Amino acid sequence: MKLVGLSGSMVGSKTRTAMNHALTILREKYPDIEVELIDLADYDVHFSDGRNYLEYEGDTGYVASTIMEADAVLIGTPIFQASIPAPLKNIFDLLPEEAFVDKVVGMIVTAGSPKHYLVVEQQLKPILAYMKATMVQTYVFVEEKDFYRKEITNDDVLFRMERLVEDLVSLFTAYEGIRKAKEAEYGF
Amino acid sequence: MNNYRMNPKNGLEFGIYTLGDHIPDPHTGERITAQQRINEIIELAKMAEQAGLDFFSVGESHQEYFTTQGHTVVLGAIAQATEKIKIASSSTIISTLDPVRVYEDFATIDLISNGRAEIIAGRASRVGVFDLLGYSLRDYEELFEEKFELLCKINEEEIVNWSGEYRAPLSDAKILPRPLNGSLPIWRAVGGPPASAIKAGYAGVGMFLAMLGGPVSSFKHSITAYREAAKRNGHDPETLPIATAGFFYAAETTQEAQKEVYPYINEGMKLSNGRGFPKQHFAQGAHPHDVMNVGSPELIIEKILYQHEQFGHQRYIAQMDFGGVTFDKLKRNIDIIGTKILPEIKKYTAKN
Repeated sequence: MKLVGLSGSMVGSKTRTAMNHALTILREKYPDIEVELIDLADYDVHFSDGRNYLEYEGDTGYVASTIMEADAVLIGTPIFQASIPAPLKNIFDLLPEEAFVDKVVGMIVTAGSPKHYLVVEQQLKPILAYMKATMVQTYVFVEEKDFYRKEITNDDVLFRMERLVEDLVSLFTAYEGIRKAKEAEYGF
Repeated sequence: MNNYRMNPKNGLEFGIYTLGDHIPDPHTGERITAQQRINEIIELAKMAEQAGLDFFSVGESHQEYFTTQGHTVVLGAIAQATEKIKIASSSTIISTLDPVRVYEDFATIDLISNGRAEIIAGRASRVGVFDLLGYSLRDYEELFEEKFELLCKINEEEIVNWSGEYRAPLSDAKILPRPLNGSLPIWRAVGGPPASAIKAGYAGVGMFLAMLGGPVSSFKHSITAYREAAKRNGHDPETLPIATAGFFYAAETTQEAQKEVYPYINEGMKLSNGRGFPKQHFAQGAHPHDVMNVGSPELIIEKILYQHEQFGHQRYIAQMDFGGVTFDKLKRNIDIIGTKILPEIKKYTAKN
């Protein structure tokens, strides 16, 4: 199993901090899973111009291919202007329509205030559903008050992250088993 | 249909198209040389002709895993190697070429082949060619529309006066040589959705509709939209032919056909489009109402006749070599088409 962590912001530290925590939990609990973190702040990704993702070069091609090759994706996103950040939306635009078929996706959200709790429900999930992702329905919502100097200080957040990571892996394992059994029936 | 050299009384035309893909065999990981692949394509055209098929076409894709970038040259060789079969491109990316040069090439192929050449012009689904030949993807639509219009104009008028944005103007230009009978059949290549089919209808040109998989009824929307658009723009749909194209693979039983071809299609899709073909969709492809013609000869006959009843199209073009399917398998498929499938298709669709 290969998991890609996608930190979807070019600015700030909260999403990256939350992702670091989640991936640390993942690595400790599941040492066999291959994990890679893509923090969009570290890459120079072009805007989508409609071509097939294989035809992008440089960082754009690398980021798109790495996500396409993953079995599971853990998305970390802040909320900007009552929505997901443009760099994250651009990643979805770079990928084919059914990019998340047979992939399991989990979500961690960081925000300044609880007012934006439903942004993911109303804006990120419909995109992932359209792109055929199997989603862990419950996401971890982390607020400003849960951070102190680039660390998460609220144990409740860490416990929720642990459950998210477990659910992500369980869901992938379950679906993979179901899919393999179904595919074996086809006989081709 | 005269402009398209088609006589509907002869029944549904049956053809083969290749993208010239050049992909390692998924079973062995080995890839034949580009030279061998090109020669096998020429050989395949000869065998298609011997088996009684009506049509053979070659496409251009300018990227890794393809080998007929110089598709007009390959078509020239096929023109020389065959006698009766119609030959075309599938498709020519007119957007990144000069319509004058394209017309010169195809008119020449038409003369070499004694009047058998056709042009299918497309916008490219793989767009590496834009960077390679120095065009911007921003002009994707306009490059095609302007150059396709010019190509059609050259076909209709021997002396051309034209000016546009993406090519130097033509003033009393004589585009030579002329094809054997004055003009060439020119088609517009279209992907699945109606939006693109409508554009072919507006232009009043034949439509080559590519269909990878999915229900016949979905593609029927595109065909209806094409005919309606043609009519709205003053063209008679009765004079405009439709060709459909998609995956084809025949074996003794449907199970056997699926088992043999799935690894090729899946790997081919992964390498050229970046995503495999989901097994669930592929399994549904065997339904008589799905456009994918993979199965036993009996199932394929049933499917093609059903498609013909629904679409009322004039030509079906099979893609059987996608993903590095080996030459011996292609030969066997040509044999099955010639001996089992084609006679039945003609029997039920010809009117004389």
